[in-house]
Amino acid sequence: MYHLERPTVDRNALEETTQLPVILFTHGEPQPVPRTPGGPDYGRIQHSPEFVSLRRRLRRFVFPLSLLFFAWYMTYVLLAAYAHDFMSIKVAGEINVAIVLGLLQFVTTIVITAVYVRFANRTLDPRVARIRRLAEVADR
Amino acid sequence: MTPETLAAGLEGSDPVVNTAVFALFVAATLVVVYRASSRASSTSDYYAAGGAFTGRQNGIALSGDFLSAASFLGIAGSIAIHGYDGFLYSIGFLVAWLVDLLLIAELLRNTGRFTMGDVLSFRMKQRPVRAAAATSTLVVSFFYMLAQMAGAGGLVALLLDIHGGVGQSLIIGGVGLVMVLYVLVGGMKGTTWVQIIKAAMLLVCAVLMTVFLLGKFGFSLSNLLSSAADRSPMGGRLLEPGGQYGASGTSKLDFVSLAVALVLGAAALPHVLMRFYTVPNSREARRSVVWATSCMFVFYLCTLVIGFGAAALVGPEEIKGAPGGENSAAPLLALHIGGSLLLGIVAAVAFATILAVVAGLTLTASASFAHDVYANIFKRGKAEPKDEVLVARLTAVVVGVLAIIGGILANGQNIAFLVALAFAVAASANLSTLLFSLFWKRFNTAGTLCGIYGGLLACLVLVLFSPVVSGEPDSIIKNVDFHWFPLRNPGLVSIPFSFLCGFFGTLFGKSKADPALHAEMEVRSLTGIGS
Repeated sequence: MYHLERPTVDRNALEETTQLPVILFTHGEPQPVPRTPGGPDYGRIQHSPEFVSLRRRLRRFVFPLSLLFFAWYMTYVLLAAYAHDFMSIKVAGEINVAIVLGLLQFVTTIVITAVYVRFANRTLDPRVARIRRLAEVADR
Repeated sequence: MTPETLAAGLEGSDPVVNTAVFALFVAATLVVVYRASSRASSTSDYYAAGGAFTGRQNGIALSGDFLSAASFLGIAGSIAIHGYDGFLYSIGFLVAWLVDLLLIAELLRNTGRFTMGDVLSFRMKQRPVRAAAATSTLVVSFFYMLAQMAGAGGLVALLLDIHGGVGQSLIIGGVGLVMVLYVLVGGMKGTTWVQIIKAAMLLVCAVLMTVFLLGKFGFSLSNLLSSAADRSPMGGRLLEPGGQYGASGTSKLDFVSLAVALVLGAAALPHVLMRFYTVPNSREARRSVVWATSCMFVFYLCTLVIGFGAAALVGPEEIKGAPGGENSAAPLLALHIGGSLLLGIVAAVAFATILAVVAGLTLTASASFAHDVYANIFKRGKAEPKDEVLVARLTAVVVGVLAIIGGILANGQNIAFLVALAFAVAASANLSTLLFSLFWKRFNTAGTLCGIYGGLLACLVLVLFSPVVSGEPDSIIKNVDFHWFPLRNPGLVSIPFSFLCGFFGTLFGKSKADPALHAEMEVRSLTGIGS
């Protein structure tokens, strides 16, 4: 059976504000909502070279990839809507181009998911960890 | 529908077996929900299960939330009757998860705490934006819920041999009661466990049926397809696109519109977004999407086989003639291949699906009302957590009652189609503002409000004046015709319109974006600092 109870250590740091390092706050007081003055210097982090590079890498990866899968999906949809003759060509037995292209959408979804996860684990996560270290935030 | 076909639809169905399997599920899940509930009244426990689920658990629960009755009953019926066009639902529902994975899930997890409104209002004026976010959350959840409950009536008739309106209403009432109990006792934690159990049952069920079906046709998809085509009045056209949407230029455009709504809607469904708050960090949110996508990859592959299998073994006449119409394809197929025991199991799984999804929707709607409207608009962020949870629980009861009434009123339409409408509403109201808010520095309060209300209104108006509501034989309001919008799914128009609204609202709005809050939101969303 599953463990239905979990230790409180795993909890979201938001809830247990005492878990946040006191060094974060210049006033030294644990604050329930971290979006008040005295929290981390977001402006400084935002303009740090590490953060700028993280943002650029993320956007350069996810935007083109999003466009790519959307274009590929819409190609399939438009073919299914307007190119009935092409989609009805039989490839093997009763299996036609429409079914093959439909299944290919399944394959590309899995491939894109795998590619992104690999990119995020190798490229994004270490950069995020470094920025968090520089900002003196404990890694979760 | 003649009495003969009705009887044929029920032959071999054993109400005792069906009820027993379903009762077993309800009993088991209630025990789990009761044990999982910590009875703590903190808002984080109630809304987000303390952020203590792992990516894998949450991923399976996500697929449980997402694989609604529409996916199981609606797609199978759609493929069995209309052929290949029904498969579009499977593909759209799956591909849609890439939007979540690439653009939304991790950033949303880092930015917000409990609701979609947390993210949208982060750097905007709190009260108007939260009111808008809560409005769209409630509307989307209500549409989605209607679609789920619409399936319940027909299912009851098929399973328990109850045909009277009063009897069916009582059962729907009972289902609603159990659903509210899940939410009240278990909060997010209990509801998540219900989703996990249900998702596992649904997946096992779908895979077993698929393997059995393929086995029956010598593990050849081609054989199965040719039997389906032989049995269908459409013949070979069953296997080609255009069976449902190929008739005219308008219907082809409708197909494209449906496709756009499906792929863009998933990342904007409030009850899916809220699930990302149940994990401790963005890495686990990423893992959640990967697990959810994997589960759904398997499930939606199965729908192709189950749909054509139902056409081959049950036949379209019997499906159309059965109580519940198209939606009864999967249960009837179970009856044909595994007798009344398998029908009992499949039907119980379908029921459990409706129950669990409606519970998830109820939780989301109640969270949005309590957190966005009560705590942040009425109490200006100074509500006692205990009161906030109490308000959430009360809202859950009200939403539950509304769901029961909706379930009794709504019936007959294909539920996959109704869910697609909910997707269109979600994509129109939420997607543009979420993306702008996460990625566009200049986006401001005016833009947010224009995007949400503009998209929402455009979508609702277009649905109201579409053939869904009036002017066609299968419209909701019969014998009156006030439709002027030709498409059944408004997504193709309303989604781009909401992007335009958000864009021009930002340009012409008086409120300027706050650079400090933008810095905080950007740093927080990308790195999790401060979240």
